[in-house]
Amino acid sequence: MITIKDLHASINGKEILKGINLEVKPGEIHAIMGPNGSGKSTLASVLAGREDYEVTGGSVDFEGKDLLDLSPEDRAREGMFLAFQYPVEIPGVSNINFLKTAINEIRAYHGQEEIAAKDFMSLVKEKQALVEFNKKLANRSVNEGFSGGEKKRNEIFQMAMLNPKLGLLDETDSGLDIDALRVVANGVNKLKNDNNAFVVITHYQRLLDYIVPDFVHVLYNGKIVKSGTKELAVELEEKGYDWIKEANPELA
Amino acid sequence: MGYNEDDLAKDLENSEYKYGFVTDIESDKAPKGLNEDIIRLISSKKNEPEWLLEYRLDAFKKWQAMEEPDWAHIKYEKPDFQDLHYYAAPKPKKQLESLDEVDPELLDTFKKLGIPIEEQKMLTGVAVDIVMDSVSVKTTFKDKLKELGIIFCSFSEAVQDHPELVKKYMSSVVPASDNFYAALNSAVFTDGSFVYIPKGVRCPMELSTYFRINERETGQFERTLIVADEGSYVSYLEGCTAPMRDENQLHAAVVELIAHDNAEIKYSTVQNWYPGNKQGKGGIYNFVTKRGICMDDAKISWTQVETGSAVTWKYPSCILKGDRSVGEFYSVAVTNNYQQADTGTKMIHIGKDTKSTIISKGISAGRSNNSYRGLVKIRKGAERSRNFSQCDSLLLGNKCGAHTFPYIEVENKSAKVEHEATTSKIGEDQIFYCNARGIDTEKAIGLIVNGFCKDVMSKLPMEFAVEAQKLLAISLEGSVG
Repeated sequence: MITIKDLHASINGKEILKGINLEVKPGEIHAIMGPNGSGKSTLASVLAGREDYEVTGGSVDFEGKDLLDLSPEDRAREGMFLAFQYPVEIPGVSNINFLKTAINEIRAYHGQEEIAAKDFMSLVKEKQALVEFNKKLANRSVNEGFSGGEKKRNEIFQMAMLNPKLGLLDETDSGLDIDALRVVANGVNKLKNDNNAFVVITHYQRLLDYIVPDFVHVLYNGKIVKSGTKELAVELEEKGYDWIKEANPELA
Repeated sequence: MGYNEDDLAKDLENSEYKYGFVTDIESDKAPKGLNEDIIRLISSKKNEPEWLLEYRLDAFKKWQAMEEPDWAHIKYEKPDFQDLHYYAAPKPKKQLESLDEVDPELLDTFKKLGIPIEEQKMLTGVAVDIVMDSVSVKTTFKDKLKELGIIFCSFSEAVQDHPELVKKYMSSVVPASDNFYAALNSAVFTDGSFVYIPKGVRCPMELSTYFRINERETGQFERTLIVADEGSYVSYLEGCTAPMRDENQLHAAVVELIAHDNAEIKYSTVQNWYPGNKQGKGGIYNFVTKRGICMDDAKISWTQVETGSAVTWKYPSCILKGDRSVGEFYSVAVTNNYQQADTGTKMIHIGKDTKSTIISKGISAGRSNNSYRGLVKIRKGAERSRNFSQCDSLLLGNKCGAHTFPYIEVENKSAKVEHEATTSKIGEDQIFYCNARGIDTEKAIGLIVNGFCKDVMSKLPMEFAVEAQKLLAISLEGSVG
């Protein structure tokens, strides 16, 4: 699915990612954890193609394509989806219209015709039910006046609608109460199949009570310093991040 | 020397030449310049009654004593009014054989707007096939209106066929002395539209200048007069979303609306004249005076989508003379590259319990300047009158400007006046968010801008709104690098 090799990236001349190596295969869920400022969100932004970051080295192969060579919209069209940590409001543009535009853009990229209105509406209905998304919110302007939890749920709803190959969840759990957390996690669990993959970026272990990752990676100061299975997450929860820092004095 | 009308004409000629056109040499054209003789010539060519000639001459005298206003937030080279032609015989449009002869760039825009092939042909002067018999459509349309006693014709026809109505209403809302451009228009106007809706009649269809597109050349000095008699209703559409090229650089139109007791006039405009090239050369100067008067319980709504012209100076206004009358102004003004727009409205509350609403959305991109200028005036007798104004500006990039000049004059204590204004920038965050969903930047801007204008777009008649949405996106193409 995606192979990241020795990825370096910086912002305003400051290096944030200092050589990331990661391979994600279809059907897998990877969790990336780490203390604040370790570069977790930067990794998500760089993969999605945010221009503020400069890639200074390394390579990313996404389904046989050089990801770093693709524009942000083409990455999305190739099947990558970033669930934002801070979803943006777009006043006056209904969620439905927004998603229809997105779906048709993606279809056009693959040489497919626009989706028929009827098919689109039944897709909306199906996915709304799947991720327990409020019907009223679907018709409102994109994220406008949504609560923090509603915005995150909307990200999951959008992900369900666009049906990506690779879903990147950037601290989707931050600021969520336990109910919203469960809804978000259930969404991912329902969307998961043998052909797609998810990378879940999180600061806390609690999301991983609901989404069970196949692999857990610890990011610290721009490098993955430890990888393991879900037990690693539990260990982190118990011990905190200090022992990671102590074990990697050269990165401090 | 600045870029003038001749240069523009030359530019247009050259671009036509490139695609194999032959430029005709015009014959029946008055010499350049403006004086009483020219005005007499115009009037006699149009076979006008004596009173109309007198009106023109009087307006000319007033105009001579006036100075071109310079209070608007626009910069342009003032036209040399003695260097213009004020009369040219209406020349038949060049009939083209097929769309292959039309400027491909223009066709490209048509395609983006989704204008059907047959309509494209009509708009560009290509002979229309039998598929759509425009003549018969037009005739059915006219018969239907006639049955209801509705008059919808060119201004010149109205002068000949309904002189009493023209004489009674013309200049009753916009006097010749109103302003510099209105005075100029009053002296030299050539043609325009006339509408009369009889008492109690609800006009069953949108009246659109589009239906008259083959009947006339868009005049440089247009004059439109719409009279809605007691209890009647009419919706009028001006312009079209297709790009309008015109060899005249200066346009100074006058539009007058009269809504009698209980009548309603809805006036929608889409203006998409040539805005000049990316360097800001050429383009139309659009100086328009639009005003309506409402009697008791009457309502006038102005809705406008302004995307064209190099310079726009335009303030569609309502005089709320009658008690309980209502005035509305919904506006979207887009400026890109070096375009300049100074537009807004005036709501003059005279009658009791009058209400007005102003929603203005200004979008600036490139190096353009976009200003809202509005006046809300509550006169002494306008008991319990109310106004709500909302002026929002959206900026794309950081080389453009948005300005708001609201004037409020209240002479009655029982009145309520509200004004809200916001300025925002299209955020890179918003665009990236769209990108991350597979939507490219151009489309994203179109989406965001249309969302911003939703309150106004929803006031447009349905089919107009769909085209206008696309037009907004096209106008802003290339505005974000």
